[in-house]
Amino acid sequence: MADVDKWVYSSVVKDHFMRPRGFLLGEPKEGEFDSYGEVGSLACGDIIKVWIKVDKETDKIKDFKWQTWGCATAIASASAFAEMIMKNDGMKIEEAMNIKPKDIADYLGGLPARKFHCSILADKAFKKAVENYRNKK
Amino acid sequence: MDKRVKKAMEPYWTENFGNPNAIYKEGLIARNAVETAREDIAKILGARAKEIIFTNGGTESDNLAIFGVVHAVTGGIGKLTSLRTDEEGNPTEAEFPNPSLSSVSRSHIITTKFEHHAVLNSCKRLGKEGFEVTYLDVGKEGVVKPEDVKRALRPETILVSIMYANNEIGTVQPIREIAKIIRTFKKNGGGKLLSLRTDEEGNPTESKFSSSVFPYFHTDACQAPGYLDINVERLGVDLMTINGSKIYGPKGIGLLYAKNGIKLEPLLYGGEQERKLRPGTENVPAIVGLAEALKIADQDREKESTRIVKLRNYFISRLLGEIPKTVLNGHPTQRLPNNINVSILDAEGESIVLYLDEAGIACSTGSACTSESLEPSHVILAIGKSRAYAHGAMRFSLGRSTTKKDIDYVMKVLPDIIKKLRMFSPVNIKI
Repeated sequence: MADVDKWVYSSVVKDHFMRPRGFLLGEPKEGEFDSYGEVGSLACGDIIKVWIKVDKETDKIKDFKWQTWGCATAIASASAFAEMIMKNDGMKIEEAMNIKPKDIADYLGGLPARKFHCSILADKAFKKAVENYRNKK
Repeated sequence: MDKRVKKAMEPYWTENFGNPNAIYKEGLIARNAVETAREDIAKILGARAKEIIFTNGGTESDNLAIFGVVHAVTGGIGKLTSLRTDEEGNPTEAEFPNPSLSSVSRSHIITTKFEHHAVLNSCKRLGKEGFEVTYLDVGKEGVVKPEDVKRALRPETILVSIMYANNEIGTVQPIREIAKIIRTFKKNGGGKLLSLRTDEEGNPTESKFSSSVFPYFHTDACQAPGYLDINVERLGVDLMTINGSKIYGPKGIGLLYAKNGIKLEPLLYGGEQERKLRPGTENVPAIVGLAEALKIADQDREKESTRIVKLRNYFISRLLGEIPKTVLNGHPTQRLPNNINVSILDAEGESIVLYLDEAGIACSTGSACTSESLEPSHVILAIGKSRAYAHGAMRFSLGRSTTKKDIDYVMKVLPDIIKKLRMFSPVNIKI
C-alpha cells in the first residue's frame, strides 16, 4: 500500500502554518521599521508584505516581520524565511539576499512542485524591501 | 457509502462473481442482478429499463451525452472534416457529411458558464472541433434564466446541457421551465420552419418541417437524487446523468438516461454490452449498489430534505451572523438542502480548509491553491464575484449523519480560525 501521509505537506510546513513565527500584528508603528516590500495580488490568491529594520553600522537585519494572505505554503514559507534570517540576531542583508526559494523549500522539508513558484514569495518581498531601503539611503 | 448499499453489493463480489454476459448459471445470476437494478432504477426515474445506460460515473455519462449526441448527429467521430485550420490547428471551416445538416454551417450547443468540468471541458473540446457553443450567464444568484435559453436557441442547436443543481454553490436550475421552452421551440419547427405556401395574409398554410427533434436536452443531475425530483417525464429531459458516489453509493459507477429514440455514438468500442453504447463487462456489484443507493435516496428524499434544510438555514445564518465579512454564494433558498457556500474575505480558502481539517472538519474551497491548475473556482467567477472571493470560498456539505451538534462544533472553531488567519493577513477587502 502506498505510504499516504495524513497531511498534505511536510510536518515542518504544518508546524510553521499552525504556529507561524515573526508576523506583524496590526499596522506598523511610526519608525518601527526602515523599509517595506510587497508582492502578490488578490487575483492570484497570495499577498505578502514584509517589513525590515536594519542596523546601519553592521548592515544586519535587526527586525523582520511579515503578513501573508494565502495558502498554507505561503504562510509557512514566510514564517520559515523569518526564522532563517533572524537566527543568531539577524543575518547581514547581503547574506539574506542570497536565500533562494529552494533554500526556503529545503528548510521546510520540501514543497510540492506546483506550489513552488506561487507560494514562496517571502524572498521576493524581502528583496523589494531591501531595494526600497537602499533607495532611501 | 451507506451500509445498506454495501450489504446489497456484498453477494456480487465473491459469491455471485459470474460474468453477466455468460450463459451458465453464475452468469445468469449476474445478468439478473444487472437487469433488476436497471428496472428498479428505471422505475425511480419514470423511465424504461432500456433507456438506462450504465457507465463508470458522472464524468463518463456527461461525455457520452455530449459527444454521443454530437457525433451521432454529425456523422460520427472522424467524419467531421476540417477543411481549413488556423495557425494553432483549430478548424476554421468544417464540413458536416450528414445531409440533414448540410444547410447548417455549424452545429450549435448551449450550456452554462458554471457547469461541472465534465460538461464544460467537453463543450470546450467541441468548440475546438469547430462547433459553436453558447455559455449562458447564470446571474448573481447562480440560476439560469429560461428566457436566456430561449434567446440562445437556433435552428442549428443540437444539444442543450444544463445542470440540475450546481455542485459548488448548490443552486437549483429551472429544468422544467427550460424543458418546456425547448419543447415549444421544437414543436414550432426548431426555428427551421420553411413555409411553402402562405395564405393571403402571409400566414403559412403548409410547412416543410412539422416539428424538429433537435435540440436534445441533457441535464447533469448528480447532485439531485437525494433532494430533488428526478422523474424524467416530469422534468422533461431527454438525457440525464446520475452517479453513485454523490448518493451514498459506490464510486466508479454512474448512468446516463437516454430517451428512447435518441441516437448516440459510443465513446468506447468493443462488445455489445449496454446496447453497444458502453462496451465492457458490467461492474455488477457497483450497478447493484447504485440501484440500492437510488432506492434509499428516493425513499428518504422528502423527510431528509425537510430535516436538512433547517440545518442549512441555521448554519448559514450563524456563519453570516458570527463571522464578519462573510457572504453567501448562490441563491439563498433555491439551492440544495445540503449545500452551504460562503466567501470568507481576508482569509484564504486552502488555509481555512487545512485548519478545519486539523479540527476534524472536512470541507472544500474554491481557492486556486487546492486545484492542480491553480485556477480559482469558475463557479464563483461565473456568479460575478472577483477572484479574491473565489479564493475565500468555502463549501460545506451536510449529509445524512449531520446534526445540529456538528454545526455548533464548526461554529465553535471556525470563528477563531478566521480570526487567527486574519490576524496575520495584510488584506482588507471592501465589501
